[in-house]
Order: sequence, then structure tokens, then C-alpha cells
Amino acid sequence: MHPVVKLLAQRIALGILLLLAASVLIFGGTQILPGDVAQAILGQQATPVALANLRAQMGLNDPAYIRYFHWLFGAMHGDFGTSLANGSDVATDIAGRLANTLFLAATAAIIAVPTAITLGLISVRYQGRWPDKVISAVTLATVSVPEFLLGYILMFFLAVEYPIAPSVSTIYDSMGFFEKLHAIVLPVMVLVLVVLGHMMRMTRAAILNVMQSAYIETAELKGIRPFLVIFRHAFPNAVSPVVNVVMINLAYLVVGVVVVEVVFVFPGMGQYLVDHVAKRDVPVVQACGLVFAAVYIGLNMLADVISILANPRLRHPK
Amino acid sequence: MKRIPLSALLGLTIVAAYFLAAIFAPLIAPYGMADAVGGVWEPSSAQYWLGTDSIGRDLLTRMIYGGRTTIAIAVAATLLSFGTGATLGFTAATLGGWVDQALSRFIDLIMAIPSLIFALVVLSVMPVTVGTLILVMGLLDSTRVFRLARAVAVDITVMDYVEAARLRGEGQIWIIFREVLPNALSPLVAEMGMRFIFQVLFISTLSFLGLGVQPPMADWGGIVKENKDGIVYGVTAALYPAIAIATLAISVNLVADWILNRTTSLKGGRNG
Amino acid sequence: MADRGAETLLEIRDLKIEATIYPPGEPARDITIVDGVSLTLQQGKVLGLIGESGAGKSTIGLSAMSYGRGGVRLTGGTIRLSGQEIRTASHAALRALRGHTVTYVAQSAAAAFNPAKRLMEQVIETTLQHGLASRAEAEARAVGLFAELGLPNPKTFGQRYPHQVSGGQLQRAMTAMALCPKPDLVIFDEPTTALDVTTQIDVLAAIKKAIRDTGVAALYITHDLAVVAQVSDDIMVLRNGKMVEYGPVAQIIEAPQQDYTRALVSVRQIEHVEAKAEGEPVLSVDQVTARYRGTHFDVLSKVTVDLRPGQTLAVVGESGSGKSTLARAITGLLPPRSGSIRFCGRTLAPALAQRTRDDLRELQMIYQMADVAMNPRHTVGTIIGRPLEFYFGLRGDEKRKKIQQLLDEIEMGSGFIDRYPAELSGGQKQRVCIARALAAKPKLIICDEVTSALDPLVADGILKLLLNLQKIEGVAYLFITHDLATVKAIADSIAVMYRGEVVRYGAKSDVLAPPFDDYTDLLLSSVPEMKIGWLEEVITHRKMESAGN
Repeated sequence: MHPVVKLLAQRIALGILLLLAASVLIFGGTQILPGDVAQAILGQQATPVALANLRAQMGLNDPAYIRYFHWLFGAMHGDFGTSLANGSDVATDIAGRLANTLFLAATAAIIAVPTAITLGLISVRYQGRWPDKVISAVTLATVSVPEFLLGYILMFFLAVEYPIAPSVSTIYDSMGFFEKLHAIVLPVMVLVLVVLGHMMRMTRAAILNVMQSAYIETAELKGIRPFLVIFRHAFPNAVSPVVNVVMINLAYLVVGVVVVEVVFVFPGMGQYLVDHVAKRDVPVVQACGLVFAAVYIGLNMLADVISILANPRLRHPK
Repeated sequence: MKRIPLSALLGLTIVAAYFLAAIFAPLIAPYGMADAVGGVWEPSSAQYWLGTDSIGRDLLTRMIYGGRTTIAIAVAATLLSFGTGATLGFTAATLGGWVDQALSRFIDLIMAIPSLIFALVVLSVMPVTVGTLILVMGLLDSTRVFRLARAVAVDITVMDYVEAARLRGEGQIWIIFREVLPNALSPLVAEMGMRFIFQVLFISTLSFLGLGVQPPMADWGGIVKENKDGIVYGVTAALYPAIAIATLAISVNLVADWILNRTTSLKGGRNG
Repeated sequence: MADRGAETLLEIRDLKIEATIYPPGEPARDITIVDGVSLTLQQGKVLGLIGESGAGKSTIGLSAMSYGRGGVRLTGGTIRLSGQEIRTASHAALRALRGHTVTYVAQSAAAAFNPAKRLMEQVIETTLQHGLASRAEAEARAVGLFAELGLPNPKTFGQRYPHQVSGGQLQRAMTAMALCPKPDLVIFDEPTTALDVTTQIDVLAAIKKAIRDTGVAALYITHDLAVVAQVSDDIMVLRNGKMVEYGPVAQIIEAPQQDYTRALVSVRQIEHVEAKAEGEPVLSVDQVTARYRGTHFDVLSKVTVDLRPGQTLAVVGESGSGKSTLARAITGLLPPRSGSIRFCGRTLAPALAQRTRDDLRELQMIYQMADVAMNPRHTVGTIIGRPLEFYFGLRGDEKRKKIQQLLDEIEMGSGFIDRYPAELSGGQKQRVCIARALAAKPKLIICDEVTSALDPLVADGILKLLLNLQKIEGVAYLFITHDLATVKAIADSIAVMYRGEVVRYGAKSDVLAPPFDDYTDLLLSSVPEMKIGWLEEVITHRKMESAGN
């Protein structure tokens, strides 16, 4: 077997293993409460009948590992149980909200990735001069403010003082594509700003690292035009680190979504999760946790897969 | 002693001011933390420098007490994450072998789940108290400290001077405290600043989501939550924590950069 | 200096080169790296630029392409290439020149080749870029150069990626890349320094032949006078950015005018009378076999050597010969799989942890890289004082007095006692490491490539100090090195290692006298001698031998 195929198989197997282990952690994380879970959920005033019902509904009379396997088996078949808060099917609720969240995250990514790479390249091109310094200062400021505050700052200026975008981003299935886009202008801006800072700084570092290699000097000493030096010699070696940067930040974006959705009342996974954490709705929290972890692990795995594919030492072994 | 650059000095001053304000909050705050002293969302005036909040409490007072809570929780969580992470990281690096393998793989696993999501999962069943928050935040973040501490220590333990100490017959204590630690200190201290800022953002986010510090206790994230509805009426009360957090974060960054630069220049000094 | 009729290719007058340095914690300032250097190079001639580190030789070499590395600026003088002033030329004019009229061969071809592109693409890139030939012609030329430079399978060699070929082959591929666009001038920047000695000679011969066959002119930069004597017509000796001496090879080698040049020429001609192998051995390595954990081959296989008190055993070999592993086995860092090590009449425990404090004290070690062998956070006093405190319990004034005594022994003043390693020069750092070893009053010191990272004159000083200390203290040395000149200078007995085995072992006079085994012959004959025509002699000799077989 070609070593690259072997490495890829190993990496993907590791990803699946990680996801399984993560499912154990997520399930375990909701079991660590000392004392009675049902009591904690329903509070001190709960009647014994209600407690018994809840215990039966949650399968609390079985040992934890049996409940885990039930849950995992169900999850693998798209069955996450029913919400304790309103009795609706968790999988159905998640499906619609996941689509919304992915729409929001994808829109932000489509804007953030090219912008970050362009800004990173500009920073490298003008390293140490004013464009680099300005970009660096602005991005330092944006990464120093938490997402939700950035959200309210933008809301204050762009929805209240100079109203060009709606302050609430609720979207419905009946809305047209552009209507939806208009509704999510502010949350997308927040996500872009937050992820841009990290992505641009990491891209800059990755490209600078490549530009300082001896083979770039060789290319300069061969009288090759700066554009071709970057395109032919720097780019093929920068692909892997930059893709890595992009993937890591997309994974970060998926988490940033949680808070931004709450700020702008956007009907996605994040808001769903936060609402149900407050209600101590364990099946929903477990399901959302697993979905977020899966996306996060999947993106990180994709980053590694691309790195492996982009590495000439692995593609062309001795 | 080398001169401290202006940026680091500015950072140090601001950080010191924040910490002093946090420690002496009851002395400098103009009103009581939970006292409703005026109307709802009064604008800033000589009486209420920053105006009042959604139920008529003095906002400056809330900000000072909020800083006290936020900074205290962040400091406690940082200390916990450093205590745990650095101890485990150094142990893994100096012992090596299966201990290192087991610890490293376990940390990989925890880091495979985003911290905020993991925190939310745990907080969905745990009682939300200051103690729980510190425990959850500190332990989750100790994974990052572990990685850094281990990496730094591994880099140092392969140095010839550590081998020379082993060949001399020195014990583990001398090797960790006299050979490894002095060289690991600067990157760890700089990282401590970064972790502290992360904890400030983390606790603010949790409080904003309603899963952190519970009212009537003030904290920066909570102030945003309490006053966010004012935004659409043009009330800026919810934005002050943004300024506070951003200046603190940038100041700590400046100080951390300076500490790191000092280290690298000391290492690089052998060429000069 | 050169033939009067020949045409001048490169003429540098009063070159001044400056750079900005950023000392930690201080404001940035400008320093002069090269000052007032002038040189002339005729077409088809080779000029050697020689000097120690910091001499500015690479910087001058690159100035022939009007290139300043990092923040280096060419601030004064004229650089004329084929009559054209290039110091102040535009970027566009320089691009037309670089890779076409002047090309460059770097010290580390492994880093200088782009890892993501096939060798052929990189070798013919400039030829295509400057529109000098069609792709087919360029590839044919490259294949021709591969063959001429002695690369294996020249037709398919270019299809490989840089990581798929060896270091010596890469260095030759880089030479092919430099010659492919048929330049007027090639700058060779230490092209063989990173190679093993037996590889160096092949690459050197290939480069010399290629220069001769193509008639290209060259600037050949190196720190090794013996190497430059083989390829150059003229030599310029540089020191601290200034010219020391400039003349034809024969004059520089045989009749140097300046003291500094004389010192460089006579480097490593230390007189050392070999001692007889008398007395009980202080160290006996008996049939030692070792391998690293998780590997499946022996890095040491049945190694047997003895070392007498107060004498020096040189263990010599190329990279991968297992010579440093032998040191690890003796110190207990890598417990042997089989065999035994006797030290001072007692058998040493295999692993470090089981050894007694006296075992550890009497067996000291000095490392190649002095700056990573000392904790950067400890002062010189702490570094030398720790063994005194640890082994002998010395404290306070008593300890300080002893430290000063040791500093005197290594010819450094007591003013160094509160300095940090970062404040010392390379030679001073190594001296402090020697003092640290001596502080333990050892019977044996293992010296692992202790002079390889140092400039020749500094290395000489260290070797002389070691020999001197051996006389005073009666300490034995196990001296690990790849450098045969060093071996000749200090050894009493020699063990030649090759792929984990000792292939030749005995008194220095026996090991260095014929008849030789094949490997020792190859190794000995590969060491450049400071003699014009040495390279040709060796190559002819080898050809005759292989024809005879």
C-alpha cells in the first residue's frame, strides 16, 4: 500500500476513534452530577411521581454504560431521543437548525477566508511597514473583544445609530435567499471579524516562515520575478500550513457561532443549545454537543488530510 | 537591568490599575453594588459618571464590582489551570514513556471537543456556582497549559546541559528546578497572561449566556446581559464592558510580548 | 596576478557593506561588515575567498550578484561585472543578470532546493526564464551536466524530488543548476563544508572538472585553505571584513607574507609525540554491542578498545559510524546489549542510574556545541563551581578560590566568574566546559567533536590547551572526531569506526602507516592537504587502483 494511503487511513481511523471517545466524554459529562439527576432537573419541589416518571423516561434505573450504548446506538441511527422541556423529537429540531447554522457559518467563511489570506499576503509583502502594522493593530483589537460584545458594538452602530442592517436576525423557511442574507449581515460581520484576526495572523506567520526558507533566496538569486517567486516557489510549500490555518479557524468559527446566534436571536444550533442548557434538557445538550464535536473533529481531520496530501516527502517516498 | 519599552510599561500600568481597582472595589466604588440609586438607564452625569443600568443601579459601581468578580474568577481559574497543566506537563516530559503517552493522548481527547461546548454540556447538569465555574474553566484550560509546559520542558530536557547534569549524577529535583525551570519560566509566564485573558473572555461569555455568575452579583459579561435590551434604544450601557475587556486584553498582550521578547533575545544573545 | 591578456569579468573597488543589528534591549545600530575590499577576476579564472566566521567572505561573494542577505546593504564602492556597474543597478537589471550571467551554489543544497518541485524543473528554470533555450534543449543540457558531474542515472535523475537524493548528490545537482544557463561567473559558497570527508572529495573533483570544462569563472568561498588551494588560481584572505592578503595560490600557500595567513597555513601542525601503550588501561571497552530502543540494528557491534592513563585515544569516523554512540555507551546513557566496560580497574554498571558517584566524577564529558552544553541561566562561576560543590562539598571562599584557579588553568581571567555563557566567544565557551570537566578531577574525559564547531585557529588553541592540561593533570582523553588532521595532532592511539564497527585500531604510528584496509585508505586519502595538485594526485591514484582491480 502506498504510504500516503496508509497515513490517510490511519488519520481517518483516528478521527472516528476520537469522535467515539468524545461521545463518551459528552455522555459522561452529563452524568458527573453528585446525587440524583432527576431531582436536579426538576428541583426540590418536584413530586415523587414526577421524579419517578422522569427517571423512567431517562432510563435512569439502568446502569450508566447501558444508557450510553442505548444513546450511542440511537445517535448512530439519527435518533437523539425527545426533549425533556417540550417533548419534541430532538433529531427533527436539530436538522432545521443545523442547516441555518451551516448557512451562517458558510457565509462567514466565504468572506473571511479569502480576506484573511489576502490581508496575510499584504502583511508579508509590506512586512514591518505601515500596512502590516495597521492590519496587525486592527486584528489585535478584534481578537481582544469577545464575540458577543463585538456583536453589540456593531448592533449599536449599524442597526441603531446608522441603521443599515436589522438588529435581529431571525430567519424563517418562507424567506427568500437574499432576504435571509440581509437578515444575517451583522452576525456574519461579527464572525468574519473574530475569525479574520486569528486567521490573518496565522496565515502571515505561515507564509513568512516559508518566505524565510533558503530556497526562496535561491529563487531570488536565480533572477526570478517576485511574483513568480511567490507563485512557483512559496505557494506550493505554503498551501499545507495555510490550509491548516484555515481549517483550525473554521473549527473555531463553528464554536463562535454559539454566542453570535444568541446575540442576534438567530434560530440555529447555538441558540438551541444555550436555551436547553438553561432548562437542563439533557438529551438536547448531549445531541448538540455531539454534533458540534463531530464538526470540530471533522474539520481538524480534514486539515491533517490536506497536509498529508500536500507533503512531497510523503507523496514521493524515497 | 534593561529598560522597559514604552508599550510594555503602558501595559503594566493599565494591568496594575485594573487589579488595584478590583482589590479595592468597595473603597473606590461610589455606591453600593446592588443599590438602585436612580432611574432606569439614566445618561452619564456628574452624579453617575457612566449613567445607570436597567434597574437604576450606578453603572460605574457595577463596572468596578464587575471587574472584581471577573478578574477574581479569571485569576483563580488561571492558577488552577497552571497548577494542574504545568505539573502534569513537566511530569510527562521528564518521566516520558507510558506516563507521557497516556497523559498526552487523554489531553488530545479533551481538546478534540471545543471548550465552550464541553463547558456548556457540564454546566447543564452541575449547579452554577462560582466554585463550579472556576473548576470547569480551570480544568478545561489546563489542557493548553499542559501542551505548552510539556513542549517547553521536552525542548529543554534534550539540551546537552541537562545531559551534563544527569552525567554528573544530579537528582530529579536539581534537574527540574535548577536546569529546566529557569529556562521554561519566561514562555510559561507569557502564556499565563494569555490564559488569563482567555479566562476573562470565557467567564464573560458564560455570564452573558446566563450560565456564569448569577445576579445580583455584578460581572462584566452579566452587565452586558442585563443592559443588552437598551442597545436598540441607543443606550450604550452594555458596551462599557467591551472597552474594559479590550483594554485589559491588549495590555496583558503587550506585557506578554515583552516577556517573550526578553527570553528570545537572551537565547539569541549567543550570536551577538 | 592573472594573465595580462585575459578579459576582466568582475572588478570590485573599495567595497563597503553595512548592516543594521538589533542587540537585545538596546537601540538598533549600524555596523560595517566589509570595508575597503577590492578584487579583480579574469574570465575563466577561480578566486578563492577564505576566512574564519565573521570574515565577510559570503557577503563579498554575494555582492558579485549585488545581493545583500537579510538586512545587509552594499553601501559603498563599485562592483563592475563585464564593465557594467551593478551595485546601484535597478531590480530589473539585476534580475536579468542573476541566474543568467552570475549563478550561485549554496552551502546547504538540501535547504536551497524547493522541496515541492522536481530537480529538473529547478535546474532548467532560469534557462527557460531568461529565454536561453527551449525546454528540450535545456533538459538535454541538464542531463549532460548530470552525467559530467557524475550523478547516477543522469537521464532520470531530474525526475526525482530533492528529499529523494543524498546530500552529496544534491550539492552536485546544485552545481548543475548553476551551470545550466551557461553563466560567466559562478559563486560557490562553502559547497562541500556540510559533507562527509569522503563525499567532499568527489564533489570537489566534480566541481573542479566542471569549472575547467565549461571555462566559467568562479568565486570559491570556504574556511578551509586546503580545499581552496585545490580549485583556485588566486586566493584572498579575509579577516573581520578586511583584506589581509591577496595573491596567487602558490604564493599564499608556500610563501605567505602576513602573520595571519601564516597562522592559517600552519594550522593543526601541532607536534605531539606519541606515548607508548604502557600501564593498566584506565578504560577497557570489551565486545560492546548496542542499539537504540525501537530499532532493529546494532549501532555498535562488538567494539573493543583500550585507553591508557594520561593518553589520548582518538575515535574517528564519518557521520553514522557510531562514534558518538560509543560515548553514550561508555557514559551509561545507552546501556549496551552485551559486552562490558572496565574503568579504573572496576567494571562499570551498564546504566547511568546504577553507577557510583566516583564512577561519575572520574568520567567527565565535553560536548561539540559548547553553547547548549551550558545552562544559559547559570553564570560561569555556577557552571564551574557546581561539580566542586557536588563532588567535594566546597563552599564559599574555598570554592571561589578553586574556580579562579581553574579559570587560570584554561587561560581565562577571574573576571569571567560572573559572566553568562551568552557573553562569551565560541572558544571561551568551550574553555569553560573544559574547566567544568576538570573541576571533577577526572581520570578520563570524553571529548565529543569538541573542536568541530570552531574556527581553525580557535580550534588549535583548544587542542593545545587540552594537550597542556593532559601533561599537568595526567588525564586521559577519549577523543571523538571526524577530522583526521585533529587526530594526527593529538592522538596516541586511534580507532577507525565504520558502520558501528572498529575497522582499524592501534597506536597512531601503526594506524597511519600502510598497508591500509580499504576504508582507512579512503578516509586518509580524502583529507585535503595544503598542497597544490593534491586533488589530482588522489583522483589519479584512485583511478589507477580501480583500473588495477
